[in-house]
Amino acid sequence: MSTTQERPTDTVEREIGRDRRRKEDQRLITGRTRWTDNINLPGMLHLAMVRSPFAHARIVSIDTSAAKEATNVVDVLTGADLGEALGVNINAWPITPDQVTPTHSPMPSDRVAFAGEIVAVVVARSAAEARDAAELVDVEYDELPAALDLKRAAADEILAHPDLGTNKSAYWVFDSGEAGTGGSVEDAIAKARTDGIVIEREYRQQRLIPAFMEPRSTVVDPTGEQITMWSATQIPHILRFALAATTGVPESKIRVIAPDVGGGFGGKLQTTPEEWITWAVARRLGKPAKYTETRSESLMSGHHGRDQWQKLTLAAEKDGTVTGFKVDLLADLGAYVSLVGGGVPVLGAFMFNSIYKFPAYRFAVQTVLTNKTWTDAYRGAGRPEATYAIERMMDELAAELGVDPLEIREKNWIKHEEFPFTTVAGLEYDSGNYEAATARAKEMLGYDELRAEQRRRRESGDRVQLGIGVSTFTEMCGLAPSRVLGSLDYGAGGWEHASVRMLATGKVEVVTGASAHGQGHETAFSQIVADRLGVAFEDVEVLHGDTQVAPKGLDTYGSRSLVVGGEALVRAADKVIEKAKPIAAHLLEASVDDLEFSGGRFSVRGTDQGMGIGEVALATFAAHNLPDGVEASIDADATFDPEAFNFPHGTHLCAMEVDTETGALTMRKYVCCDDIGNIINPLIVSGQVHGGLVQGIAQALWEEAVYDDAGTLVSGSFVDYLLPTAADTISFEIDHTTSPATTNTLGTKGVGEAGTIASTPAVVNAVVDAVRHLGVNDIQMPCTPERVWRAINGPGAGGSTTEAAMPHFEEGAGA
Amino acid sequence: MTRISLTVDGARVSDDVEPRMLLVQYLRERLGKTGTVIGCDTSNCGACTVHLNGTSVKSCNVLAVQADGAEVTTIEGLATDGQLHPVQEAFRECHGLQCGFCTPGMIMQSVDLLNTNPKPTEEEIRLGLEGNLCRCTGYHNIVRAVQQASGQGAPA
Repeated sequence: MSTTQERPTDTVEREIGRDRRRKEDQRLITGRTRWTDNINLPGMLHLAMVRSPFAHARIVSIDTSAAKEATNVVDVLTGADLGEALGVNINAWPITPDQVTPTHSPMPSDRVAFAGEIVAVVVARSAAEARDAAELVDVEYDELPAALDLKRAAADEILAHPDLGTNKSAYWVFDSGEAGTGGSVEDAIAKARTDGIVIEREYRQQRLIPAFMEPRSTVVDPTGEQITMWSATQIPHILRFALAATTGVPESKIRVIAPDVGGGFGGKLQTTPEEWITWAVARRLGKPAKYTETRSESLMSGHHGRDQWQKLTLAAEKDGTVTGFKVDLLADLGAYVSLVGGGVPVLGAFMFNSIYKFPAYRFAVQTVLTNKTWTDAYRGAGRPEATYAIERMMDELAAELGVDPLEIREKNWIKHEEFPFTTVAGLEYDSGNYEAATARAKEMLGYDELRAEQRRRRESGDRVQLGIGVSTFTEMCGLAPSRVLGSLDYGAGGWEHASVRMLATGKVEVVTGASAHGQGHETAFSQIVADRLGVAFEDVEVLHGDTQVAPKGLDTYGSRSLVVGGEALVRAADKVIEKAKPIAAHLLEASVDDLEFSGGRFSVRGTDQGMGIGEVALATFAAHNLPDGVEASIDADATFDPEAFNFPHGTHLCAMEVDTETGALTMRKYVCCDDIGNIINPLIVSGQVHGGLVQGIAQALWEEAVYDDAGTLVSGSFVDYLLPTAADTISFEIDHTTSPATTNTLGTKGVGEAGTIASTPAVVNAVVDAVRHLGVNDIQMPCTPERVWRAINGPGAGGSTTEAAMPHFEEGAGA
Repeated sequence: MTRISLTVDGARVSDDVEPRMLLVQYLRERLGKTGTVIGCDTSNCGACTVHLNGTSVKSCNVLAVQADGAEVTTIEGLATDGQLHPVQEAFRECHGLQCGFCTPGMIMQSVDLLNTNPKPTEEEIRLGLEGNLCRCTGYHNIVRAVQQASGQGAPA
C-alpha cells in the first residue's frame, strides 16, 4: 500500500525550477487572512498611545485624570506607573566595545528624544474610545534643543542625550592595510595625486521609510500557562528571546506568533516599544490587549532606513585602473541604537569594493545619535548605500577618462575565471560571471542603439536628453556565518533550523525557522522538499512563524531564508531518507547496502522490488515491524550554519529621459540580468526582482523622510511620503545568468534585496548621464524635477529637501 | 446611534452604529469581514477598497451610515459558488501579489476598472490603479494580471 503519490524522476517534472503558482495565494486573494489586527479575544482591551509632539523635551508632568474618567477607559499608564515591568528595547549589535548606547525605555518617564516617542498609554474597551481618551491626557513638556542635522550632530553642537556627553555612538574601521587584505589606501591616494586620477565626492543617502503595507499590530494574551504575543513581525524568534531577556518572563513561558504579516522590508526586523508596552499592559491587567498603529504612527515611530553622508575618495592610474578606495561615513542612528543599529552601515563595509579588484581599501563609519526616529535595516541594509557609492564613483571615473562606464568597470572587475576570489575586504566570492550578465543586459537594453540616440540628441541640442545608467552590483547575503557574526560582536548566530515530519497519511510537514511575510516560502520550500523526498508538491505543508510550532529559528531578513533556511531543509530531508533506509531495507528483506533512493522510492538494486517513502512512513507510524534497536520515527531536524556569505550579482541598465527645460524625468526602459545561481521558482524570483527594483528606483526619484526645523516629521502620512503608484512606474525586462553558488547544495543565491541594491545607482547614473554635458556631475536623491532643473541651471546637486520644507511654526506667528 | 440596514456579500445585515463609524470599521469590527483591511489614515493606499452598489469605493472614506440601504461587496464575496472571480484567478496566475495586504483592495479596484473598461491598455490599467498602493510587487505583475483578466494575454 502506498499513501504518498510517488514521483519517478524519469516521468515527473522536477519541482525545482518550475514556476509553481503560490500556495499562499488562495487565502490572500479571497480575504481568508489572519493579520494580527484581525485577532479578537474575549475581554480584549485596546490601546492608544500618547506621543510626544516634540523632538526633545523634558517631561514635567503627565495628568491622566480626565482620560481615566472617559467612557470605557480601563486605565491610563505612564512609564512611571509600569516601572521595570516595561523592560527595555535592546541593541543586539554593539559595533565597538565602547559604543555609546542610550538606555531605551519603551516609554520614558523623564525625557523624550524624538517626536513620536510614547509617554502614556490609554487602555479602553474599544480602539475608538482609547484614541478619544488619548486626546485627554495632558502632558506638560519643557522643550529642549534638538540635535537634528546629521553633520551638526556629529560635531556635538547640540546633544541628543545630554547625559551621554556626546552624540558620537561608535567609530568602526576596516582598513585593508591593517587587516592584511590589501595595501594602504593613503599611499594609493598620495601616488594618484601626483601621477594618476583622484575622484573625490560626497553623496547623501537620504532617510527612507520602509512603509510596509500592513501597519504594525500586536496582541498579547496573558491568560493560560504561556503568555502569547501575536505580532506583525519578521522575527518571532528574536522577539521571544528579547522579551525573555528584558522583561523577566522565562523564555519557556512565552509564545510568539507572526500570523499573516503584510510586508516588512526590514521595517519589521525590530523589537518595538509598542510591543513591549502591549506586553506590559496585558500582564499588569491580566487581560488580552491589542495595539494597532495608524499609518501616521507607523511612519513616525517605526524605524527608518539609510540616512548617511558618504565621503568618498577613489584613486586610479591614468588608464583607469583603480588603486584604492577610501570611504568615510556618517550614519544617523536616530534617537536610540536600534536592534541592528550601527550594524547596518557595517554590513555595507564589505561591499564598497563590490565586484572590483581594488588593491587598497579603507572604510570608516561614525554612527551618530540625533533627536529623530531611530534607524535600522531597510531592504538591503548597508549594501544599497555601498553599491550606490561605488557605482556612482565608477561612472565619475569613466567620465573623467571620457570612456564608456561599462569599459571602466570591465577594466577593474573580477574576471569569471578568477573565481573563487578573495576581495580586498577579506571576503571570498565563490562564483560569478560579470561579463556574461553584462553582455546579456546590454543586448536587452539595446545599449549601442541607445548610445547612438543619446549622441544624436546631444548633437541636435534636443530639449529632451537621454541618459543611460549602469549598475554592476554584487551583494553579500545569506546572513550569516555565526563565526563571522561573532567576530563582529553581533549578539546572536546566523544559523537556521528545519524539521521534516513524515505523517502517517502520506503528508509531509516541514517546519522552518524562517518567517515569511510575502516571500512565498510555503511554495518554494514545498518545491525543494518535494524534489528531495520525491513526494508530491501538494503533499508538503510548510509551517512557520509560531514559536510553539517552529521552536527554533532566526527568522527572515538579509536574503537568508532560501540560502540558509533552504539548506537546513535539504539537510533535514536527507536525514529523513537516511533514517528511513534501514526500515525500508528491513521491510524489503534486503541489505541496506543494496538500497538506492530515487524519485521517492527505495529500490533494491538489480530487482523490481521497492517501496515508497510514504509506505515507510506509515510502517514507522504503525511500528509493528521495525528492525531491532531502530526508533519509531523517520522525522528529522537540521540546523545549518553557513560557512560563507552568498554573492548574487547582476548588471542593471536604465534609460532615462530628462526634460532639460522643466527637469521632468521619464523612465524609458529598465533591464537587468541578475545572476542568483540556481532558481527554485522563477515566478517568485521575478516578483522579488520587480518589487526590489521599484523600491530602489523610489529612493532615486521619489522617497525621502523629511523633518522640519523643529524635528517634526513632515512626510508623516502617505499624502506626503511619496510611495510610487502603478502610474509612476513602468514594466521591466529581467533575465538571469546562472553561476551556481558553491556554498550550499542547491546552488542558490539570495534575491530578496538584489533589485533594491542595484537599481538606485542605475537610475541616478542615468539621470546624471543625460545632463552631464550640461556641466552636471551629481544630483542629490531623490532626484526631483526641481533638483534636476537646479542642477542644470546652477551649481551644486540641487539643494536639500529639508531646508525646502515649510517651517513648522511661522516665525513670530502668535497663537 | 443610527440604525442601518444593508446587504454585504449577499447577506442582509442591520445594526445600530455611531454616526462617525467608517464603513471599513463596520465591516471589520461589526461584521468580522476582516478580508478588507486598513492600510492608511488618509485614503491614499486603497487597501480597504470594496464595491458600494457595484462601484469601487475606499471604505475608509465612506461612513457606515452612508451605506444604509446599499449593497456592499467585499473581497470575501467576490467568488461565487466556490469559483474564483477571473481577476482573483489572474492575480494568482500572474503572481500579482506577495504579502497580500494590498490585494483585497487591488483586486476590487481591478474588477471595477474592467467593468468600466473591459479592454484597457497598459497605461489605462496603471492610471486606473493609481489609488491603490502596493509595496511588494513593483506593480509589474499586477498590471499583467489585469491584462490577463481582460483576455488580452499577459506579456512577461
